[in-house]
Amino acid sequence: MTATVERAASAPRVRRGGRGAWVGAGLAVVAVAVLGYLPLLTTRGTQVDLVGLFSLVVLGTMWNLLAGYGGMVSIGQQAYIGVGGYGLVYLASTVGVDPFLAVPVAAVVCALLAWPTSYLAFRLNGGYFAIGTWVIAEVVRLLVTQVDALGAGSGASLTGFAGIDPTYRIAYVYWLSLAIVVVVVGGVYLLMRSRLGLALTAIRDDPTAAGSLGVGVTRAKRVVYVAAAAGCGLAGAMIVANTLRVQPGSIFSVDYSAMMIFIVVIGGIGTIEGPIIGALVFYALQDSLADLGNWYLVVVGLVAIAVTLLAPKGLWGLTRGRVELFPTGHRVGSR
Amino acid sequence: MSWVNAVVQGILLGGLYALVAAGLSLVFGVMRIVNLAHGVLAVLAAFGAYVLGDALGLHPFLALLVVVPVMAAVGYGLQRGLLNRALGGGELAPLLVTFGLAIVLQNALLEAFSADSRRLDVGALGTASIRLGDGLTVGVFPLLAAVVGVLVIAAIGQFLARTATGRAMRATSDDRDAAALMGIDGRHLYGVATAIALGTVAIAGVFLGARSTFDPAAGGVTLIFAFEAVVIGGLGSLWGTLLGGVVLGVAQALGAAVDPAYGVLAGHLVFLVVLATRPRGLLPSAVTA
Repeated sequence: MTATVERAASAPRVRRGGRGAWVGAGLAVVAVAVLGYLPLLTTRGTQVDLVGLFSLVVLGTMWNLLAGYGGMVSIGQQAYIGVGGYGLVYLASTVGVDPFLAVPVAAVVCALLAWPTSYLAFRLNGGYFAIGTWVIAEVVRLLVTQVDALGAGSGASLTGFAGIDPTYRIAYVYWLSLAIVVVVVGGVYLLMRSRLGLALTAIRDDPTAAGSLGVGVTRAKRVVYVAAAAGCGLAGAMIVANTLRVQPGSIFSVDYSAMMIFIVVIGGIGTIEGPIIGALVFYALQDSLADLGNWYLVVVGLVAIAVTLLAPKGLWGLTRGRVELFPTGHRVGSR
Repeated sequence: MSWVNAVVQGILLGGLYALVAAGLSLVFGVMRIVNLAHGVLAVLAAFGAYVLGDALGLHPFLALLVVVPVMAAVGYGLQRGLLNRALGGGELAPLLVTFGLAIVLQNALLEAFSADSRRLDVGALGTASIRLGDGLTVGVFPLLAAVVGVLVIAAIGQFLARTATGRAMRATSDDRDAAALMGIDGRHLYGVATAIALGTVAIAGVFLGARSTFDPAAGGVTLIFAFEAVVIGGLGSLWGTLLGGVVLGVAQALGAAVDPAYGVLAGHLVFLVVLATRPRGLLPSAVTA
């Protein structure tokens, strides 16, 4: 290795990271530390609101993993959001598992469900894949509404927290959600810096060319699909732990897919930073347009269409790659 | 006899599903994009007919004379103004733009018309029926809707087979670049394809809206049923799509005959079974689309 480096001394230097990555890592540590301290300073209402924001970050990050890195446009991730939410309720309320343990178990259930499902969904491509995932989500919703043990059409309540004082319960759920954000965003970051991440980038740019170079295209996509299902399951469990109520019409709503897509498109597709910024912007828009009822989805939808056509790299794309807080790609540069 | 009845109802419903699907297929065949707003646009047409009926007292069939040309014009403008731009943005952009459009339209309809279910009133035609045998009656309107669906699909088939524009569309579908080299103006052609797609989906939307109730959120299932008809029948084949629509309609009707809650689910399950066992559909086109 040393000999290669010396011989290549005059060759262009390939690097990843640099100062931006240290700044990014530092900012992330500070942000998590500050957010982790917040329950000691803020009201319960603020914490509940922030868990809502965290779920948007997780959902955006997962949709970006699917579409921005895996090239798969799914409008059916609500299937796994719902299974995660129902999984938490069923495990905690009926089976009697500790709710904080039930959240990761629900995510594992989502992954186990997504693995066989991917064999069906992957028979379709592009736009037809998108609608196919939606059909799968509808099937899951219709099946769940048939099960009386899950409350059928009217849903169920999460009773597993019954013995815990609400102040502590809300703080614990908040910390759990923050931990999930760290695991999900950090996991995607590490995944994209791995060999699989390189394969995914190649697949996104040109699946045929990547396959001819020996990249296991279907396998890589399947790993992404299963990981995204688990992440969406975590988000679903987080949403239910926060609201204590699960209802098939809302947890399986295609509006979740709309939110995920708008978050990623507005923030910047294909970057780690984009979905986080997108989630913040979406959250702010949702908050400030709350009086407008459903008009907020009209406004956000129009913004997303405009961004797709006029600035396809989203808000984070405005940095033009000069700032990379979470660098995943290698770049060639002179010294 | 109720089973035979369910099958007949399903076949008639399938004709309308196929009509929605035909526009989806046409757009996909010509420019390789799936218009995720297709279902919402059918609902938009139904609301258009509803407003005309409400304000001017127009019968839904007369409203078609207004709604269909307007939707076709909307389709041409939409393609030239919005979707052609998206086509240059890679594979993701058209999906993101059409999905965004679907959400925008659905929520705008929701704000304008509320979430109430509505139905287009076709008068005495809605309740008239023909008795075919012992216990088997067929509603005149569902029959008419199915016949219109088949006729429109046949007309699209003839248009693609016999006219210069149709030939240009098939050429573009086979090889976009070669067709462009032969002097075919892709942007205009795409506009015409979307205009036809929205004109036909407007017919389907009005008939669906008169056959049963609709609300602003109905676009989702409309898109899903059309997509299922396309996949069950086989991509790239118009008559396959008609067969797919009929299979879907029959599955839904039989499922609903067992328990009303199982109707839609039965349709989805048949779709998944076909996807698992016959991924190219029941009637795959000879040439890969």
